[in-house]
Amino acid sequence: MSTSQHAERSAVPGIRQPEAVLAERSRGGVRRVASRAVYIALLAGFTILFVYPFVWLLSASLKTGAEVFNNELVPDPVMWGNYAELFARRPVLAWTWNSVLVSMLAAVTVTVTSAMVAWAFAYFRFPYRNLLFGVVLASMMLPGAVTMIPNFLIWDWLGWNNTLVPLWAGNLFASPFYIFLLRQFFLGLPRELFDAARVDGASHLRMWWSVALPLTKAALIVVFVFELKAAWTDLVKPLIFLRDVGTYTLPRGLKAIVDSSNIGGEQHFELLAVGGVLVTVPMIVIFFVAQRYFLEGIATTGSTGR
Amino acid sequence: MQAAEPRRILRLPVGQDRSTLLWVALFLSPWIIGFVVFTAGPMLWSLWLSFTNYDVLTGTGDFIGLRNYERMLGDRRVGVSLWNTAYFTLLYVPLSVGLGLLLASLLNRTGGRLAGFFRTAFYLPNVTPAVAVGTLFLLLLNNPDGLVNQALAAIGIPGPSWLNDPAWIKNGIVLMMLWSIGGTVVILFAALRNVPVELYEAARIDGASAWRQFRHVTLPMISGALFFVLIINTVASLQLFSEVYTIFYGQQQGQTAGGDSALFYVVYLFRNAFEFFEMGYASALAWLLFAVIGLITFVQFRVSRRFVYYEGEER
Repeated sequence: MSTSQHAERSAVPGIRQPEAVLAERSRGGVRRVASRAVYIALLAGFTILFVYPFVWLLSASLKTGAEVFNNELVPDPVMWGNYAELFARRPVLAWTWNSVLVSMLAAVTVTVTSAMVAWAFAYFRFPYRNLLFGVVLASMMLPGAVTMIPNFLIWDWLGWNNTLVPLWAGNLFASPFYIFLLRQFFLGLPRELFDAARVDGASHLRMWWSVALPLTKAALIVVFVFELKAAWTDLVKPLIFLRDVGTYTLPRGLKAIVDSSNIGGEQHFELLAVGGVLVTVPMIVIFFVAQRYFLEGIATTGSTGR
Repeated sequence: MQAAEPRRILRLPVGQDRSTLLWVALFLSPWIIGFVVFTAGPMLWSLWLSFTNYDVLTGTGDFIGLRNYERMLGDRRVGVSLWNTAYFTLLYVPLSVGLGLLLASLLNRTGGRLAGFFRTAFYLPNVTPAVAVGTLFLLLLNNPDGLVNQALAAIGIPGPSWLNDPAWIKNGIVLMMLWSIGGTVVILFAALRNVPVELYEAARIDGASAWRQFRHVTLPMISGALFFVLIINTVASLQLFSEVYTIFYGQQQGQTAGGDSALFYVVYLFRNAFEFFEMGYASALAWLLFAVIGLITFVQFRVSRRFVYYEGEER
């Protein structure tokens, strides 16, 4: 990126290149190529550190229990049966369905409601707007542990303990983080567009739904994939709310597999690996499909996604 | 204030009528309800709970004044978990920011599509569910069979017992969490790309060495982003839970040979609330956490004023 920028800038006519820089560039040509090769080699080395554990896990999930740690990249024999065995031992299908359901509901609801609230803060002028928006920002700083116990008591009191409802229904009430993100995008839309729509007699609801939302589709997708990932990977809420094995999500199910492997005499490390693969692969697929949106979201909000 | 008009409590901006306020209320309603019911209300409730011995099984509790807070003073595990959390944070935060900066600089110097490819690779662990990260490292850190110790053995170093030796458990956790450093790298890489190349050219004309360019051009220009990752990594470290809980706690009741070496503060809080059902005591623990995080963030903001440079009104 910086190199292409370089070329563009120096190509601008009328800007004389200082001699010193030109001289250094021709001299440093060879050195530059050499040092770039070193950087690439270093980056490739780090890439192995970051990516190899995935390969190792996938490979381990296809090995016999005795061979999990043997460091062979290609399992011999290839134990496809490990997957069948985990599905036979545990209600993995139900867990997967629960995870899909919760993640979809969580992502859809938080995207719609956050877009509503963000629109209010971006478009309307109303009393105490800045104060209220300050409260939105401040509430992002609140550690989850502070509200965790009362929230459990509320859902319990409503009779939804041990169901999937508390895992997503909180998202009906928007989320400060996404309100902030979407407001930024709404503020970037030209206001004349909406004044024109008003003159044409569009209602506020129509203007939000048919004019504003289609123009911020990219930002809405950012929110959607961020929340999809957050809901899919969450372990805390499933630990708090889910008691019956049939109500587990995939992460909660994997935790149960880890637990039983720790207390049982025989440890089925290959089945742990299978569980790890099953809970991870959907996220990797989604990341590759929606990579642009993940990176855009991080750049705009500074969330590290963890 | 327009003197001619009668004073209205809610002064409306020009061109908007009262029915507009109804629309505003409608659009805001999800957040307002959510804030009252799931944030502000629970905050007050949690504060109240911290002064009671609330029992979730019977649904009753008595006001016991400051007794929960006094109990924290005498609770050995509070001290242990605070120490574990502080140890981890002091080790992990500098390492994550330092290593993140190193990787981001390498990406920035390489540039082009290759940098995009490497960035994607570095970010992959961040989309991995915490429970999978814990499970994976349960296997990778196994002694002596895990990949980490086999790699160490290959270069002649006998690896420690990462999951059982109290002296090594937290270092293993640091290693695990450094695997998901990709988010930090992505943020710092974006900041480095935004440094104008003219600044480097000017520095080079002045004969500045690579180190001086880094020290006097790069660091000031990305100080905002550096400060940002410092804050969020600190706050996240203080609340570390899922990965550690996956490996060391749960049904096995934390019965590892390592004793309380992996007892992080939020892990202890969670166990009090949902395993021992001491919700009053857990609420008191939560408010101590809130106070500590608030204090540390405040100090970091104060200190940063001297070091962080914001260009114009950007950011």
